[in-house]
Amino acid sequence: MSRRPLRILIIDENAVRAAILEEGLRGASTGGDNGTLEVQHIRDMANVLPRIAAVDPDVILIDLENPSRDTLEQMFQVSRVARRPIAMFVDKSDSATVQAAIDAGVSAYVVDGLRKERVKSILDVTISRFHAFDRLQSELHQAKSALEDRKIIDQAKAIVMKQRGCTEETAYALLRRTAMNQNRKIADLARSLVAAAALLGPGDGDD
Amino acid sequence: MTERVVAAFVPLVDCAVLVAAREQGFAAAEGLELTLVKEPSWASLRDHLSLGHVDCAHALAPLPVALTLGVGHVRVDCVVPFVLNRGGNAITLAAALVAEMKTFDPDALATPERAGAALAAAVRRREAPLTLGMVFPFSNHNFDLRYWLAAAGIHPDRDVRLVAIPPPLMVDNLRAGLVDGFCVGEPWNSRAVAEELGSIVATQSQLFPGAAEKVLAVRTEFAEAAADRMTRLLRALDRAAAWADDAAHHAILAEHLARPDYLGVPRPLIEAALSGRLRFGASSRQDRDFMYFHRSAANLPSAADGVWSYAQMVRWGQLAPSPRQQRLAGAMFRSDLYRRSVPVAGPEPPPSLSFDRIAFSATDVPAYLRRFSLQTPFTEFHAL
Repeated sequence: MSRRPLRILIIDENAVRAAILEEGLRGASTGGDNGTLEVQHIRDMANVLPRIAAVDPDVILIDLENPSRDTLEQMFQVSRVARRPIAMFVDKSDSATVQAAIDAGVSAYVVDGLRKERVKSILDVTISRFHAFDRLQSELHQAKSALEDRKIIDQAKAIVMKQRGCTEETAYALLRRTAMNQNRKIADLARSLVAAAALLGPGDGDD
Repeated sequence: MTERVVAAFVPLVDCAVLVAAREQGFAAAEGLELTLVKEPSWASLRDHLSLGHVDCAHALAPLPVALTLGVGHVRVDCVVPFVLNRGGNAITLAAALVAEMKTFDPDALATPERAGAALAAAVRRREAPLTLGMVFPFSNHNFDLRYWLAAAGIHPDRDVRLVAIPPPLMVDNLRAGLVDGFCVGEPWNSRAVAEELGSIVATQSQLFPGAAEKVLAVRTEFAEAAADRMTRLLRALDRAAAWADDAAHHAILAEHLARPDYLGVPRPLIEAALSGRLRFGASSRQDRDFMYFHRSAANLPSAADGVWSYAQMVRWGQLAPSPRQQRLAGAMFRSDLYRRSVPVAGPEPPPSLSFDRIAFSATDVPAYLRRFSLQTPFTEFHAL
């Protein structure tokens, strides 16, 4: 028996997250008896209803925080074009999945009559991919702030070296000891030092 | 001991009572740490409320009614123990459309009726239907706009196209020409007027004087499990509402609301909305009843407030008529919870007439609805 592939539409302005999710869903569709999935992505909300109608999705996945959800829900309610998808909560049977989805920032609209297990497997993949994206973002953020910390510590070291006429190694040891004594992060101390030096140091010659 | 209450809100001037309860210390005085969570959409607020991620919410009055009746969503039992404000919305139309309306009636902005008649003339002349914005399917904005259009003979489902747009995006959509007008709360009407993008043609206070606009929506489960916290919260909100209603406090209230963690819009716009100073076309009018927080027993929930939402849902086919659903919609507005917390609450004010002088009857909704020729039957609405 040939079954029409399940159509999934991702609405997300964030192209990276959408790509991560798309890849995850494609991977999931090849294994097991999941059947095949067809995944499409819409990035912006311009003229969205006819575009949704063209895809005719069974499941729509959208960031919980997306402000366009009110627009979508109202369109679904009055639409005679698209089949009317309903928020995933309408089926209360799997509240653990729904909770996990909300915690991950996922919301889904599902066309009536779809098997619960299929919806659950799609949601599970979406949740884990949203988490993966969050991890990626926080790693990126950490890497960025580590780089900034290193820059500011280098500046502070240079100030100490100049003032005390000491080596880089001594300057760093002094900074580290002071930070420890004050129970502060070395980068925070460096930041105050650089700010103070800018205040107290020789100006640009205006005064 | 301090206990926590978490409330969700959408950044609008009428979240004022919750903000005042927190920022002016009314919640703290009741031993409550009131945490306010900003929501990007009504759908998101509804999800967080229905899953119990927040204890209560600043909600469009019809939103908890839809949740309790299970319309458009899974059924989640809610109660409304407090009305946060009455009035506050307005209908704004694009400058070009208003200019067109004035070719039919130079004084089209004089009253909501004349504006409606002039709009109907413009609609009849057009080939493509107008697009009008409102905020959510279950909102007074949707119902006010539909009622006003229908009173002028414009069918809101056949003659125009209605779209839901989150309030902060409303003015952008008007500027981009994606909508020809909208019904929204403040400060967004005043913002559109200030940018000369459109004119206010009617206010909720003109259409339905004293209408319950935003309410405190609470899951029944929470209201029952945390009865003591509820009582203290209602007392704090009552004092905050009295404080917010006093014009002497509007400057400081506007300062709180203008902060980026609340509305993040310029203070003068908020102050104007609080005072009811609105510009209609070239002239400026002050309507003291445009939006109020406490006086005239504003906070007292009334069964009629809930039944009104039910009646609008039935009129526009969102819901099949049902005496049982009608009873639920009324009974969830719990004046008893409010009176238990604030024993001095006055009597319920008498109902006021809507702008078309049709009295609302909460006891005989079918007879009330028979007075309207324009409706959308439930079966038609749900036919695919």
